[in-house]
Amino acid sequence: MVRRGRRRPGERLIETLLVVAAIVSIATTMGIVVSLVVPTVEFFGHVSVVEFLTETEWTPLFSDKHYGVVPLLVATLWVTAVAIVIAIPVGLGAAIYLSEYAAPRTRKILKPVLEILAGIPTVVYGFFALTFLNPRLVDLWPSAAKPEFQNLLVAGIAMGIMIVPTIASLSEDAMSAVPHSLREGAYALASTKAQVSTRVVVPAALSGIVAAIVLGVSRALGETMIVTIAAGLKTAGVPASPTEGAATMTAYIAGAGQGDLPVSSLEYLTIFAVGSTLFLFTFALNAISIRLVRTFREVYE
Amino acid sequence: MTTATPAHAATASDPARVRAELTRRRTRPGDVAFRLALQLCLLVAFAFLIALISFAVYKGWNRLDARLWENMPTGRASRAAAAGVQSAITGTLWVIGLTAAICLPVGIASAVYLEEYADNTRWYNRLLELNIQNLAGVPSIVFGILGLGLIARVLGLGFTVATAAVVLSLLVLPTVIIASREAMRAVPRSIREASYALGATRWQTTWRQVLPAAVPGMATGSILALSRALGEAAPLILLGAVTFIRFNPDSLLSSYTTLPIQIYNLIKEPQAEFQELAAAAIVLLLVILLLMNSAAILVRNRFQKRW
Repeated sequence: MVRRGRRRPGERLIETLLVVAAIVSIATTMGIVVSLVVPTVEFFGHVSVVEFLTETEWTPLFSDKHYGVVPLLVATLWVTAVAIVIAIPVGLGAAIYLSEYAAPRTRKILKPVLEILAGIPTVVYGFFALTFLNPRLVDLWPSAAKPEFQNLLVAGIAMGIMIVPTIASLSEDAMSAVPHSLREGAYALASTKAQVSTRVVVPAALSGIVAAIVLGVSRALGETMIVTIAAGLKTAGVPASPTEGAATMTAYIAGAGQGDLPVSSLEYLTIFAVGSTLFLFTFALNAISIRLVRTFREVYE
Repeated sequence: MTTATPAHAATASDPARVRAELTRRRTRPGDVAFRLALQLCLLVAFAFLIALISFAVYKGWNRLDARLWENMPTGRASRAAAAGVQSAITGTLWVIGLTAAICLPVGIASAVYLEEYADNTRWYNRLLELNIQNLAGVPSIVFGILGLGLIARVLGLGFTVATAAVVLSLLVLPTVIIASREAMRAVPRSIREASYALGATRWQTTWRQVLPAAVPGMATGSILALSRALGEAAPLILLGAVTFIRFNPDSLLSSYTTLPIQIYNLIKEPQAEFQELAAAAIVLLLVILLLMNSAAILVRNRFQKRW
């Protein structure tokens, strides 16, 4: 008869330690929620939610104070829109090429090179956007109303390239997960490679591709250094065009956090109110993305 | 794969000829254009990368010398040409060293729990997993808010090396966990079963069989996670790193600055000398990151077992 193994005294202790380590990540989430919610609630004790959401000026650090988040949201949307307009074609194109066209050896070289882009610190992107891209953009600008020294457009361009690896690598995963039989079926019907890529592989991998784009948008919303450096910290009214410089949500947080604002002053609390808004947006987008990825995994794997 | 497929089906006497016939393609202009467009996409990304690196090298070239290992002089505007980034280099070493000491043990232990111990059908373990996935998508500046609101103020750690390292550890924790789990998952079940069959306990199996086999994969993932922490500036902006620190940290409770933060500070300065210094510091930062990434790839290619 097999005797049940002696329980070594250390085993239980080790298991407890491992559980404690795993709880750290839960505690982190709870810490984030608490550190956002408590000051945000305090903030909304002073400023009404309606004012926060509808007022079109954001000037908490000025003498004439307005607490409307709309200008920060619009600036964030401008940058994100520019970034997405660049990142979707470039990222998807790269993904289709890597998944459908590149020989295995070429792919083995190209993929890591593309991933270098994801590893470059965002301060470096910001520096490049501000001191290299923007002067050239201003030179090439067709109309007389040139982009400002810091502007949302150039920040969006740099950010677009920054999220290319995110979109490319997740989309490529989704495309590689499409079964070969689908491609072979299409080739058997005399499709060309371009037709197979665009009409078979891309639609079959669509949920994964959408997940990649959603994740890219979420990265763009939460990115801080590029916008802080290249689009500036100016806050006031709603930016009417991306050629203006304006603070996004993240840039405002970074800008206000640099100064030594007195704790629990209303100015200090704005950091947390804007932080909560940002967190809600990215949380929703991430949840959508995680769900979509699960869908395509379930279908083909 | 596409070229082999049709020939596969053919049962001819001369397979090579049949294959050549079948794979001979009419070149349609639309297809050629599509392929070119795809290549153009990759080209845009690579051109940006090359421009970014060469611009930093070009701009910082004059300052890439021993002066980098100087400290910020006190009258900094008048002595811009002599300025360096010593305090940022030492600060980065302190912060990243401590970050590694915190996030690697915690991350690997979490991964061991999830991969070797946890019953994945339980709701709390699934919640744990979902939580890690979500945490990986939280913007880094929000971690800065966590540091500012809870760790610096409520826990009273202040704006110190310790706070920065704790925040960066939490930031890269999901990356370390996910990479370590993947490395452990690649170790075949049969190894664990053989170990259990010989009477080993769960921890003995994990410690003596699974972990050693998973070390290369975990090392690769951990180096990449730390290189992310190294380049991160956003959360530290909220944690008091932005003031020009002219001295090296000497304890966990010193104030500090790091390379990315110092670069950000230099970019804001009006003098051309500081812009050059920023570019030189960027080159230094990129070289460090490149070395770390190469080490990660080297470890993966040299030591990773294929089962």
